[in-house]
Amino acid sequence: MSAVFDKKIHQTLADANLQLAIYTATGRLKDKRTESVAADALPDYQELRTQANALKKHAIENLDYYLEEFERNVEAHGGKVVYCKDSTEVSDFVLGLAKERGVSLIVKSKSMTSEEVDLNERLEHHGLEAVETDLGEYILQLGRERPYHIVAPALHKTRFDVAAIFEKELHVAYETVPEKLSQIARGVLRQKFLDAGIGITGANFLVADSGAVVLVENEGNARLTTTAPRIHIAIAGIEKVIPRAQDLAVFLKLLARSATGQALSVYTSFLSGPRRASEIDGPDEFYVVLLDNGRTKLLPSRAKRQSLYCIRCAACLNTCPVYRKIGGHSFPWVYSGPIGAIITPQFMGVSYEPALPFASSLCGACAEVCPVKIDIPQVLLDLRSDVKKAETREKKNRLEKLSYRMFAWMMTHPRVYAWAGWIARHGPVLNIGPVRAWTSQRDLPPIPRQSFRDIWSRR
Amino acid sequence: MGKRVSLFVTCLGDQLFPNAGMAVVEVLERLGYAVDFPKDQTCCGQPAYNSGYREEARTVARHFLKTFESSEHIVVPSGSCTSMIGHHFADLFRKEPETLARVEALSRRVFEFSTFLTEVANVDDVGARFDGIVTFHDGCHGLRELHIREAPRRLLAHVRGLELREMQPAEECCGFGGTFSVKFAELSGAMARTKLEAIVQTGASAVVSLDSSCLMQIQGALSRAGSKVRTMHLAEVLASR
Repeated sequence: MSAVFDKKIHQTLADANLQLAIYTATGRLKDKRTESVAADALPDYQELRTQANALKKHAIENLDYYLEEFERNVEAHGGKVVYCKDSTEVSDFVLGLAKERGVSLIVKSKSMTSEEVDLNERLEHHGLEAVETDLGEYILQLGRERPYHIVAPALHKTRFDVAAIFEKELHVAYETVPEKLSQIARGVLRQKFLDAGIGITGANFLVADSGAVVLVENEGNARLTTTAPRIHIAIAGIEKVIPRAQDLAVFLKLLARSATGQALSVYTSFLSGPRRASEIDGPDEFYVVLLDNGRTKLLPSRAKRQSLYCIRCAACLNTCPVYRKIGGHSFPWVYSGPIGAIITPQFMGVSYEPALPFASSLCGACAEVCPVKIDIPQVLLDLRSDVKKAETREKKNRLEKLSYRMFAWMMTHPRVYAWAGWIARHGPVLNIGPVRAWTSQRDLPPIPRQSFRDIWSRR
Repeated sequence: MGKRVSLFVTCLGDQLFPNAGMAVVEVLERLGYAVDFPKDQTCCGQPAYNSGYREEARTVARHFLKTFESSEHIVVPSGSCTSMIGHHFADLFRKEPETLARVEALSRRVFEFSTFLTEVANVDDVGARFDGIVTFHDGCHGLRELHIREAPRRLLAHVRGLELREMQPAEECCGFGGTFSVKFAELSGAMARTKLEAIVQTGASAVVSLDSSCLMQIQGALSRAGSKVRTMHLAEVLASR
């Protein structure tokens, strides 16, 4: 485990206020989800999950076909599709367009994909102002932090934390009433919407048969981001494409329920192309950036490409007993929780944080709530095997490898196993790493003098 | 009647929790089964599999296959080990069709203890008596990979003198997770302490489970916290009279 990972876990566990904030907030989301998918609330929930899984499987297995169909339909509506292979290509495109159109202010609605490519930092580095307009994201931007959670980015912040950030960064009076805090943010952000030349959003779904970008949100800031500025850029991972508009009947029933327990989010926007001649709203220019950033590397593996089915509802985070203890910032990359633990090693390579797939008790709670049925524990197991194969290749962690070879040898030699067990039970407690780690938290079980096989043989 | 079952007591059960194993034997014999203990048995290989060492896990899994291949029914007092054999052996031998066929034939005959009682032996009442309040901890692999939820509760409901009080939530992980418990000791300990709160709140004098591994974690944390709540394998409750 890297020292950073270890330290962040320790710091989060040691912070009692933070522990309470994470546990309470995720608990609330978890309970709301449970209620909203219960048999009386949504009788066909399991059937919807099965359909969602089948649709995603089909879309990912025919990604080339649906991306091209999507592109044709976007262009037929007067929009443009831009393929980007990594962070640099995304920022180069945005920067180039901003320069050409003379834009210096950009408004953004919540997008994990833009976080993934460090877009804000890159734009700021080139003198552009990019303002987050989702309240949670705005708080974090002012506080210079990364999202803590895929759906609720400022989940770890209490209203007192927010009051302090606003006081310091916006030079307003210390105010802790949530409604008043949102009024303060709204006061600043309204003008930004009006002044901005470009609006950047993510995308929840890319609909191939209609060339539409679908955005799901609660605050209305995404809708303003896509309509107020002259130019709209949607940045989406290539895996967001779904075949038909009618497939949304499945996904939209699952997404908000899984994320926040809402039957439907407050706003669901369908955007296809720039404003037509007969329309009063909408941008003059419409771009969809399709990002790879490591995604195509997952396609060859039948077992692992299911990681691309994710619709970013974060139900797995809220239900995960590990996330609920170590929080979002302990995770090495922007994606946290169980989904972060399976996509980070695949997008960034297993050596990015080799301990990540091991930071799980494999309890399976994530797979149980996943609306698209990603078998997260199985992918974690496969990634663990990948990590060990890489270590063996690079001749790292050789002592551990040796100990598992000895384990296999012992377990195939019953007499050696019985003898080793006898020694371990009758000798002194060994002062070795695993025993020290165990006793740092718990007591050892009382050690029996006789094993089961000893008792059995004397029956 | 000649009803025979083979016991796979698991390595942990063999070395650290022999009483749970003996309780399984007692309950099965009470129901008229002749229990056989194939003496070459060791481990199912899960520690290696979960740690990413597939080749080593395959070696141990092959040994398990060889040891139990001639058994008619195999009873395992652990949801986790049962799931390793029933689900993950197939993953290990995906590329070896012959072994895979043997695995599939065998895994149909492997039963977690409570499931064996309710589905094969077809009993809900094993004639047990246990005076006290207990709470039940669902082991994750039993619950989510084998979908065991009702069987142990039905068996407990028929124990005379016993009151089952469900903890909220019963299905949250205790934080054991095999080597996870020592690789991420502090995190695992924090998860155990959250579990403890749920257990203690029920007012139960014992926490019951299908897995000695979960119980070892819970017992270690209870003991460290100075709690008087005991841990018991389901078999130990069912063997009580």
